[in-house]
Amino acid sequence: MSGFLQNTFNGLVGGAFYALLALGLAVIFGMLRVVNFAHGAFYMLGAFGAYVLLAEAGVPFWAALVIMPLALGLLGMVLERAVIHRLTRLDPLYNFLLTFGLTLILQDLVKSRYGVQSSPYATPAELSGTVDFGLFDFPTYRVFILGFTVLLCVAVWWVLGRTRVGMVVRAATERPELTRAFGIDVGRWVTPVFGFGIALAGLAGVLAAPMRAVNPLMGADLIIVVFAVVVIGGLGSIFGSVAAGFGIGLIQAWGEAYLSEFPIVSQTVVFVVMAAVLLWRPAGLFGREEAPA
Amino acid sequence: MTSAVDTPAEEAARPAPPSGLLAVARAPGWVRYALLAAGLIVALWLPRGIYPAVAVDILCWALFAVSVDLLLGFTGLMSFGHAAFWGTSAYVTGLVAIHAGLPFPAAVLAGALAAALLALPIGYLAVKRTGIYFAMVTLAFAQMVYYVANEWRSVTQGENGLQGVPRSFFGVDLTDDYYFYYAILPIVLLGLLAAWRIVHSPFGRVLVGIRDNPARARALGYPVHRYKLTAFVLSGFLAGLGGGLFAVGHRFVSLDVLHWTTSGKAVIVVVLGGIGTLWGGVLGAALVVRLEDWLSFSGFEAIGLVTGGIFVLVVLLFRRGIWGSVAALALRWRRPRRRG
Repeated sequence: MSGFLQNTFNGLVGGAFYALLALGLAVIFGMLRVVNFAHGAFYMLGAFGAYVLLAEAGVPFWAALVIMPLALGLLGMVLERAVIHRLTRLDPLYNFLLTFGLTLILQDLVKSRYGVQSSPYATPAELSGTVDFGLFDFPTYRVFILGFTVLLCVAVWWVLGRTRVGMVVRAATERPELTRAFGIDVGRWVTPVFGFGIALAGLAGVLAAPMRAVNPLMGADLIIVVFAVVVIGGLGSIFGSVAAGFGIGLIQAWGEAYLSEFPIVSQTVVFVVMAAVLLWRPAGLFGREEAPA
Repeated sequence: MTSAVDTPAEEAARPAPPSGLLAVARAPGWVRYALLAAGLIVALWLPRGIYPAVAVDILCWALFAVSVDLLLGFTGLMSFGHAAFWGTSAYVTGLVAIHAGLPFPAAVLAGALAAALLALPIGYLAVKRTGIYFAMVTLAFAQMVYYVANEWRSVTQGENGLQGVPRSFFGVDLTDDYYFYYAILPIVLLGLLAAWRIVHSPFGRVLVGIRDNPARARALGYPVHRYKLTAFVLSGFLAGLGGGLFAVGHRFVSLDVLHWTTSGKAVIVVVLGGIGTLWGGVLGAALVVRLEDWLSFSGFEAIGLVTGGIFVLVVLLFRRGIWGSVAALALRWRRPRRRG
């Protein structure tokens, strides 16, 4: 029993990263119709930034947790204004290609400066050790990640669902022309929303730094899994993307624990789930069907 | 509606049909024959002009690019996972050549058939979505193939790769890349001819019709999904043909052939050459392969920086691609705008 709970908890922690990345992808897609391939690269930059800040300037984890999302969010906004903006009226595939190119550039920039080997990042002292839950102990840091992510998702959900800004974003996502017709300046929100999505990816990166190997390629493979996650959840649905993120995290952790003799299972289960969803509900579990087939 | 799950915004954002092919089709007969003759002469001369090994790579990548363009340019589907077919064929070709000792064309055929077989289930699932989702789904399935190849070390040798893929051909010595180039040239030309035939067949016309207006194609009674799937499998076969030749050409298969960067590179080669122009992909392949060879020869390490830069520049400034731009210029030259 305690073993099962432990695996479940680990699954939720792994899912938290998927959820944060999928959340950013979904908000950006909703507002700009852009699928940001570079999302994984920004996750990597978040982790690498935290590492460089600590190693070369002695900036602690907590400061990095604020600095990196802000800095990357700003970079994202500049990028949106400079290039992505020019392509949003065209087929979304062009921006997919553009951000793919950006991914290669960002990866190689980091690689040529720091090499491909992984860099260690110490867990902050306040979060080292374990928390005793009676039946089992958990690393404090993982408890922190899970709590923090859940809080963040709830906050985003609250902003989108309950505030005026959220109302504008949701309206612009679903009916851009109609929203404009009501005299709302949709364009004003595009750049901040893009920056926000990137900031979430950077935040996920900083959170990952003490737990996962920090290297230039850490985001690339992850983002492809996150693409599968958003296909499963339905990219148009913010709730669906987050739910699918946690769900896939759980399934992967269980697969890893109970089918450990087949390591391939935990790596590929997400794609198998994606195939099943495509068969059963092509629009994604929480996606909207636009018209009958 | 393209499919059940496309939003109106996705529909509206679809690109205008590329004009390159039309321009060439409307060109006078002698222009077309002259272009074809020039292309054949360049193909025959290529291994004398540049390193034969690079020329071999160009041929393989040309097939790969044309296979991607068959979907992207003529069916309106951007596959971002074509490395799955290129790479699967490379592995199957390598294994067949090593273990069965067959002449290399037979091994390549086996590889290409395996790729087509793999394209069947992946295509069946992927054509349920369109646009950007299609790209994500194909990318994800290709990554799955990559993971499987990485884990299945007893067969694929994992990160060491398959070493010593032979170039056996009825006792003829093909170890020299120069001769090997001429040995695979007929196969590559056959593949390109097949792509050309597909595009200009009634089947190809239906594909273009589906690309331009899926709703109308469906209303006319065409089984859109089945047409797309057929195109996907044919494209997978062509990509496999290229991948198999690539494996024999390098005498080595590494996991790189299945990596997502390979899929992305194939797409940018097509965009650079010109989407929907078929021969543009061949030009794009020649340019990119030559450039990468030159970069690695000059000791430049961050190749991704250059490839990525090309991606960004082409998408921002040069979306018509080389062939598309030339064709558009030719059209304007033939029909000068009237004044007043």
